[in-house]
Amino acid sequence: MTSLTFALLIGLAMLGYVMNRQAATAIRGTGTPLHSLSGFHGLYSLLLILVPVLTLVIIWVAVQGSVIDSIVMAGLPAATVDGLDSGATQLVLAEVRSIAAGQVFGEPEPWKTEAAARMVGLRQTAALALIAVVALAGLALLLVARRSVSATFRARQAAEGIVLGLMIFCSVVAIFTTIGIVLSLIFETIKFLSLVPITDFLFGVNWEPQIPIRADQIAAEGAFGVLPVLLGTVVITVISLIVAVPVGLLSAIYLNEFASPLVRKVAKPVLEILAGVPTVVYGFFAILTVAPALTAFGATLGLTLAPNTALAAGGVMGIMLIPFISSFADDALSAVPQSLRDGSLALGATRAETMLGVQFPAALPGIAGGVLLAVSRAVGETMIVVMAAGLIAKMTINPLDSVTTVTVQIVTLLIGDTSFDNPKTLAAFALGMLLFLITLAINIAALRIVRKYREIYD
Amino acid sequence: MTEIIDTGAAHPTADRISAGLRARNRKQVILQGLGLAAIGFAFLMLAILVGSLVSTGYKAFTQTHLTIDVFVDPAEIEVARLPRGGFDDVLAAALQARFPDVTDGGQLKLLATMFSDGAQFSLRDMVVADPALIGQTITLTVPVSDPFDQLNKGLIDRATANDARRVSDAQIVWFDALLSDGAISNPINWALLTSADSRFPEQAGLKGALVGSFWALLVCFVISFPLGIGAAIYLEEFAPKNRMSDLIEVNINNLAAVPSVVYGLLALVVFIGWFGLGRSTPFVGGLTLALMTLPTIIIATRVAIKAVPPSIREAALGVGASKMQVVFDHVLPLAMPGVLTGTIIGLARALGETAPLLLIGMNAFITSAATSPFDSATALPTQIFIWADSPERGFVSRTSAAILVLLAFLMAMNAIAIYLRSRFERKW
Repeated sequence: MTSLTFALLIGLAMLGYVMNRQAATAIRGTGTPLHSLSGFHGLYSLLLILVPVLTLVIIWVAVQGSVIDSIVMAGLPAATVDGLDSGATQLVLAEVRSIAAGQVFGEPEPWKTEAAARMVGLRQTAALALIAVVALAGLALLLVARRSVSATFRARQAAEGIVLGLMIFCSVVAIFTTIGIVLSLIFETIKFLSLVPITDFLFGVNWEPQIPIRADQIAAEGAFGVLPVLLGTVVITVISLIVAVPVGLLSAIYLNEFASPLVRKVAKPVLEILAGVPTVVYGFFAILTVAPALTAFGATLGLTLAPNTALAAGGVMGIMLIPFISSFADDALSAVPQSLRDGSLALGATRAETMLGVQFPAALPGIAGGVLLAVSRAVGETMIVVMAAGLIAKMTINPLDSVTTVTVQIVTLLIGDTSFDNPKTLAAFALGMLLFLITLAINIAALRIVRKYREIYD
Repeated sequence: MTEIIDTGAAHPTADRISAGLRARNRKQVILQGLGLAAIGFAFLMLAILVGSLVSTGYKAFTQTHLTIDVFVDPAEIEVARLPRGGFDDVLAAALQARFPDVTDGGQLKLLATMFSDGAQFSLRDMVVADPALIGQTITLTVPVSDPFDQLNKGLIDRATANDARRVSDAQIVWFDALLSDGAISNPINWALLTSADSRFPEQAGLKGALVGSFWALLVCFVISFPLGIGAAIYLEEFAPKNRMSDLIEVNINNLAAVPSVVYGLLALVVFIGWFGLGRSTPFVGGLTLALMTLPTIIIATRVAIKAVPPSIREAALGVGASKMQVVFDHVLPLAMPGVLTGTIIGLARALGETAPLLLIGMNAFITSAATSPFDSATALPTQIFIWADSPERGFVSRTSAAILVLLAFLMAMNAIAIYLRSRFERKW
């Protein structure tokens, strides 16, 4: 049905192109000079039909599902879904949907079958209505475009105006994305903060995201203090930086100043490979190789490491960040003017002294920006910690212990849960908001440092 | 007149410098050594990473099979009851025929665990396809179950005590007898690529994940490629220098650095919550990945457009082309290799992205491949995550194998990008 709609739309648009082109050519054939080439008249018609109708179709398709769902749910007989919480209502809806899709398990209640039948009917009506709307709107626009053809019509400007509008829309998508992120986080965060006071969230030292399953359960209410989670994030980030910053900076210094072209030619792609390895691979590497190796090594020293020690997750994350820091530092060192280096060497400094005393300090703002971006990466990195770090939040800075991070909590709180009305799932969004704000602040600071530094030498 | 500093006859300047020079040069050697060590560390880590994946993963590229004569007993399997029937009993009887001295019920059960759970279903499919097989003896080659697969590949230590091992002493004796019969083979495990996920390692494959990743990447490409090029052209060629375009630019740079898990939250609330799109579908996954890939494509396209020399634009403008014609007929075609390179690299990154797909539920357990982007599916990286989380021993090597498959795809994509860059990129 959808493909039929699209075929109809494309057919109409092409028809518009051909009609307008022919009409314009006919006018030129009478000897009247055209303002625009006849191809532009065709293009104008094509765009005039395609753009608005396609927008309409996309919005229609996006909205159709939820509108039909809510009509079906509203039409359910009384007392079937009354009193159910949103999770159970979702379950009913999912069951009705799967019956409508022809997957019937067991004997559903008759009212469910009936609702499914209604859903199928509504979908058919909607699809037919969509085709009718597309045909009507397309034909109307076709006529409008056809009537515009004349010797004086500025078809090129009109068509290019539409294209320019499309391109402006494309660039505004970036803003929409940011707005979407902020809105989606804000709404759920506000819901969360209406259930858990903000002071408990920001300054609490207990993170036990449980909710009573039954109303009369005596279990703990659950605590949502974010400090231990943040502390765990800090621990893992610091460990990763302890690995990544020295290794990354030293390899950048070596590659920039001392390496032969051959070494550079080999080392750069290898670092790029490290940068291109997906994080889920690093996560598996941490649990397959690094964590057992660290535990064995700790045992020889007489230390007991937690099975998912922060060292393993942080260390592997450090390996992931090495190429990031090294390429940033390499760029920053290369951007230092050659004259500074030459001057220092001419005064008799060795290459090492020039590097450490002149080039490195001159590149420091850029390097600092790169390290800050690496921090933001480490804070937002998810898969390595989800696989290799712990789940229990502890107020500890012991790197041998197991800690948890903001991203781990977001993923574990949301996997397999769909109802957004309890503090447990909503907490994930509050954590997401926190994560977004922290990384945003670090990124802005980093970009500002980098930009300021560029102004000095350009 | 400059004052001449008396350096003392015993320590002339040159001597002092050369004396210090040794220490200074030593410092340089130390710095170089440290730099080399740092690079060596990175190399070593990459080598260990690849080495540990290959050494655990290569074993999953073969699968131990058992070849055995099976009498399709009409007493167990009747045409009228198909596709139901005692296929497992038929298989067990086949093994019992090979080991006639095993009569005890418990022992028989242990013997029959040698078959993978999928064996009876492949036999069933054969018989359903050709009911004439009933009553005949057919030679069947089927996968063995995971413990025996591990045993055959030497992953189970025969020296361990009987009850600490996943296969008992008796099972090892039977298996070795079959091995000496030549009934055990270890062919290439095509099922790893051609079958979908399963609870049983010996049947689990990547087809569902590959198909899911394909659909997600297709959706991602269809959305992010035109949007990214449109935005880049506008920002590079048309946008007036005002606060609005500044805002857009800052936005794009910041979006490139937003943690991927936040995109997952966005998708969960907006695409699944507000728009009511299906959970676990590659369509939603592709939409999310498109938003994440967009900044990469925009930035790469802008760089490529910037690299086209102004003389091209001026020449085209000079012969009367409109600004739009200059861009679409001259600048964009010349910038295309750079744009495609950036797009492929962005798509490669999207292929390895896991966290947002976890949040939208693409880590579901799905045993059939998706036929459209609107069916539930997993993706390659989420499948790796699921297998890495599975307790069965056999999934360790499967996970490594899946990672090797993923890395192979990434390397192929990057190779295409490098080829495009070297083949078509022009220096002006």
